[in-house]
Amino acid sequence: MIKVDFLGPIQKPSLELEINNLNELATILQEDKELNEWLENCAVAVNDNLVSSLEHPLKDGDKVSLLPPVCGG
Amino acid sequence: MLYLYDGPLPVSDILKEWYEEEATSNYGAFIPFVGTVRSEDDIDGLSFDIYEPILNSWFEAWKIKAQKKGAIIKMAHSKGDVMLHESSYIAAVFSPKRRVALEFIDEFVEDFKASAPIWKYDLKDGERIYALDRSTAIKGSGILGAKG
Repeated sequence: MIKVDFLGPIQKPSLELEINNLNELATILQEDKELNEWLENCAVAVNDNLVSSLEHPLKDGDKVSLLPPVCGG
Repeated sequence: MLYLYDGPLPVSDILKEWYEEEATSNYGAFIPFVGTVRSEDDIDGLSFDIYEPILNSWFEAWKIKAQKKGAIIKMAHSKGDVMLHESSYIAAVFSPKRRVALEFIDEFVEDFKASAPIWKYDLKDGERIYALDRSTAIKGSGILGAKG
């Protein structure tokens, strides 16, 4: 099971999904119209490390986080 | 040396503490940057969410960069609400000579703005409104989108 967390201003509860890579996650999340704009501007972390490829493999127990645009300070 | 506070930063206390911590460390330069909430667009204040695991690893990487230049970096940031004329952010560099510290604080604050996982909201008329137009997408964003 993969846990998916939506951070910061994305007001959405976490999901638990049976998926093997980020490509499968993209397909699932793109079906949610409310998420479409967020998907275009969010960074993605797996187990708190930012990733840059949808080919990134996922294994049972991994945590995926979506990080919207940031503005500290 | 990353410090997170609930609400506004006690700026005088933090600067005094940092100054005294390094008073005999033989650094010739101490360059702090303090970010204060300004009155604009009728806001009552700002509010912040922080994702600490990634903020911590981002900061650790900058600590190592500072070490390589013989410098140290310290940072404090607020969580939650910070009202007008209160401060939410302090970054400071200590280094043997001023040039390294001046350049390093600039690089550090720029990357902080672009990469640190902190989300800002305007507090206005009792609402907490995400400041999307002032925010920056982290490098590599958008891979999950249809255009990704």
